[in-house]
Amino acid sequence: MIGKPLRRVEDLPLLLGTGRFAADISLPGQAHLRVVRSPVPHGMLRGVDGRKALSMPGVIGVWSAADLDLGPIGFRMVAFPGMLPYRQPVLAAERVRYVGEPVAIVLADDPYRAEDAADLVELDIESLPPVLDQLQEPAQFDDQNDTEALLHEDGYGDVGAAFAAAPHVVELTVTVGRHTGVPLECRGALADYRPGAGTLDFYGAAKVPHQNRLLLAGLLGLPPQLVVLREAHVGGGFGVRGEVYPEDVLVCWASRLLGRPVKWIEDRNEHLLAANHSRDQVHRIRAAVLADGYITAIDDEFWLDQGAYVRTHAAAVPTLTASMLPGPYQIPAYRVRGHVRLTNKTPAGTYRAPGRYEGTFARERLIDAVASSLGKPAMEIRLSNFISPDQMPYARPMSALGTDLEYDSGDYALLVGKAQARFGLAELEHGLAARRALGEAVGMGCAFFVEKSGLGPYEAVRISVDQSGHIDIITGAGSMGQGFETVITQICAQELGVRPETIRVLHGQTDQIEHAMGAFASRLTVMAGSATLIAAQALREKALAAAARMLEASPRDLELSDGAVRVAGDPDTGISLAQISEALRPDQAARWGLEPSLTADGWHTTDHMCYPYGLHIAVVRVDAGTGQVIAERLLVAYDVGRAVNPMLVEGQIVGGAAQGLGGALLEEFRYDDAGHPQCTTFMDYLLPTRAEMPPVDVLITEDAPSPRNPLGVKGAGEGGTTAMGAAIAAAIDAALGVPLGVKELPVHPEAALRLAKAARRESTSEPGGA
Amino acid sequence: MSRAKRDLILYVNGDRFAVSVEPRKSLADTLREDCHLTGTHLGCEHGVCGACTVLLDGEPVRACLILGVQAAGHSIRTVEGLAGENGTLHPLQQAFWDNHGLQCGFCTPGFLMLAAGLLESADPVTDDKIDDVLSSNLCRCTGYQNITRAVCAAARVMRQ
Repeated sequence: MIGKPLRRVEDLPLLLGTGRFAADISLPGQAHLRVVRSPVPHGMLRGVDGRKALSMPGVIGVWSAADLDLGPIGFRMVAFPGMLPYRQPVLAAERVRYVGEPVAIVLADDPYRAEDAADLVELDIESLPPVLDQLQEPAQFDDQNDTEALLHEDGYGDVGAAFAAAPHVVELTVTVGRHTGVPLECRGALADYRPGAGTLDFYGAAKVPHQNRLLLAGLLGLPPQLVVLREAHVGGGFGVRGEVYPEDVLVCWASRLLGRPVKWIEDRNEHLLAANHSRDQVHRIRAAVLADGYITAIDDEFWLDQGAYVRTHAAAVPTLTASMLPGPYQIPAYRVRGHVRLTNKTPAGTYRAPGRYEGTFARERLIDAVASSLGKPAMEIRLSNFISPDQMPYARPMSALGTDLEYDSGDYALLVGKAQARFGLAELEHGLAARRALGEAVGMGCAFFVEKSGLGPYEAVRISVDQSGHIDIITGAGSMGQGFETVITQICAQELGVRPETIRVLHGQTDQIEHAMGAFASRLTVMAGSATLIAAQALREKALAAAARMLEASPRDLELSDGAVRVAGDPDTGISLAQISEALRPDQAARWGLEPSLTADGWHTTDHMCYPYGLHIAVVRVDAGTGQVIAERLLVAYDVGRAVNPMLVEGQIVGGAAQGLGGALLEEFRYDDAGHPQCTTFMDYLLPTRAEMPPVDVLITEDAPSPRNPLGVKGAGEGGTTAMGAAIAAAIDAALGVPLGVKELPVHPEAALRLAKAARRESTSEPGGA
Repeated sequence: MSRAKRDLILYVNGDRFAVSVEPRKSLADTLREDCHLTGTHLGCEHGVCGACTVLLDGEPVRACLILGVQAAGHSIRTVEGLAGENGTLHPLQQAFWDNHGLQCGFCTPGFLMLAAGLLESADPVTDDKIDDVLSSNLCRCTGYQNITRAVCAAARVMRQ
């Protein structure tokens, strides 16, 4: 069962149109909330006048910050205390800091009416000049703080000595633009506070319901157990969805105030203004290089445009950027300084491969620069700097997301070799060279990367078998649509020898299990998968113990297969799990000295992450007339240790590659000089469509199982995205014949045309040139 | 603009729905809220993503760009009407399942209806035509490869 491309168990309701996404859930008597948002990037909020709105039919009320008694939204991870002053208030009180910031709420009996009324709320805002560039010297944030929320410094080794001794120093500045996850389902929330009972049910939770329960309960002053977060179907996460945002707090607050359910469904315009942005980093990076291409040190300084506030991710992105930047290479000395600077843009957070998409772009461009300056092939530079398999586990004296950065396993050169053979890279390059000779601007680019996955510290699973033999697996970890239920089902089905059809996976309900971390950081298969295996093993033991009583045999002589316990070698003695569940009534279990119910818990705990790795290869053509960059092929080789379901791993990688391509060529949140967002619809924020997506070939390898979990798995959620920007940039360089031409993502057609023009100038000015 | 509700009859998946809606209410909201057919999803409400695609008299349309009142009297087909009476999956549903053509599933109803409009039309279907038609909807999870694969597989089944 493990290792098989099992068709997904969660697909049927989604295919039939009977899924339950946030907007599909309604409760009797619900009111509809609409957020009034700041139309200006920066200003002093002098007044909120809701009188006109209140006179509209169906309007229940208008509230602003003065009516709220709620603190700012706290941090969920990497919570550096120095960033506390930059937390976002639920509603702006004195100052607005970005277009789209929540300033007031309107509640009405109908969503259309709520939206009409919100348009009539008058805001008196005295505009201030906006800060729009993270490279600008820090400005004033408030009376006590400037706009540099964090200067993160890390590293190891003697960088100064390495640079002093290096025969070559290669330096460049690169930029990754502002883009983000943009799931197809916008956010949504429905809160149901029950007066008297004092309970709060929250529908529309995702990603980290248990963590968010603590955050929401804390903000509202409620005991966590009275707050129940319920995850339904989730229309994509990608890091963005499922964090606690102002709107989540507001529906809870309003439901408690009104004593009735309150629903908020985000529209796309709001989503592009309100949900976390991401990326937007400028790196100034340099390498100390020996004559043979060995890199003795990297020195990186980067500037991250955090937007207007520091949200729940706190320092997660800058610290991950810093610690993961050296990637697959040895790099004996490393220094990094990351400036997290606030601007008057939508706040930023994580997006699939956070910090790694950016850091990998900077590092792999640097590798290309080293190769170019030494006149060597870039892959040769990579191979001579790789951490070798006999150095594993490889500890870099830094930390990532609070864990020691220690790569668990890997054979990077082996993967390169396999990819070259499988994809026929030599022949491919030969064909591209022939096309270039005929005048086509085509080229291939590569980038190598290490990912991280399986963040701890824990995940729990409870498995229970009912009297019919049906199995429920309960976990607090969430599903964002990746195929989580299928993976968990496969692991359990294998261990218990049962058919997948008998299993149901329940997830993301905070009243079903006490503890959970959630669905992020490519951790589910590693953490919840391992917990499932451990719980299934415990359940097997319990089933054998009970069956031993029923068969009057020793548990040692029993085996569990095909959903039944038998005396080994005696196929006629089978007792089904259903019968065992029936037998484990409390009275009988007590007589046997067993806990009642055929139920078992499993925990997987770990202090370390595991580190998959991959090679991305892009083949692009640049249209000489329009500058359009057309991706012709994408190739991904990725080692996941062990693939529970290779079809789903491939699905993750291809989908991730599309997002990586989007960030490299299409997607960008642009702002005008006054700080007004220019990309607030799908007409100006461009997601890749079928037309832009080339075929993606995927090579999944299992050469480096993780020694850190019982399955040997590593996460597959982010590795389709990580190096795609770097690979596409290198491919454009190759197509145009401009070494290190691309230093900025996304590569718009104008930029490609400029590069093409520069290439032509270069070639015509060469001595002896035509 | 009149906010007075209008009574109208919608024919959805062969069923008759008598609803009363404001003239400004989109067909998508009318289907979701007044017919309680929430399989039609809203991803952008400005006609780009196509998650709300339904068939109107057999033609794919964006239900967010059509008003409920405009659909009065027309035959509408939504994702809920794809499977057979006895629960048999439509060849497209089966192919999406078999080919891992969905992840989060939010865009899926729109892609299914878009493809149904293509494959059930009298026009000849080629792989290029499929690529072209599928480029009109957005998916954020799959990278489209398996959606294309699924639609091509369904086209083969439906041709037989």
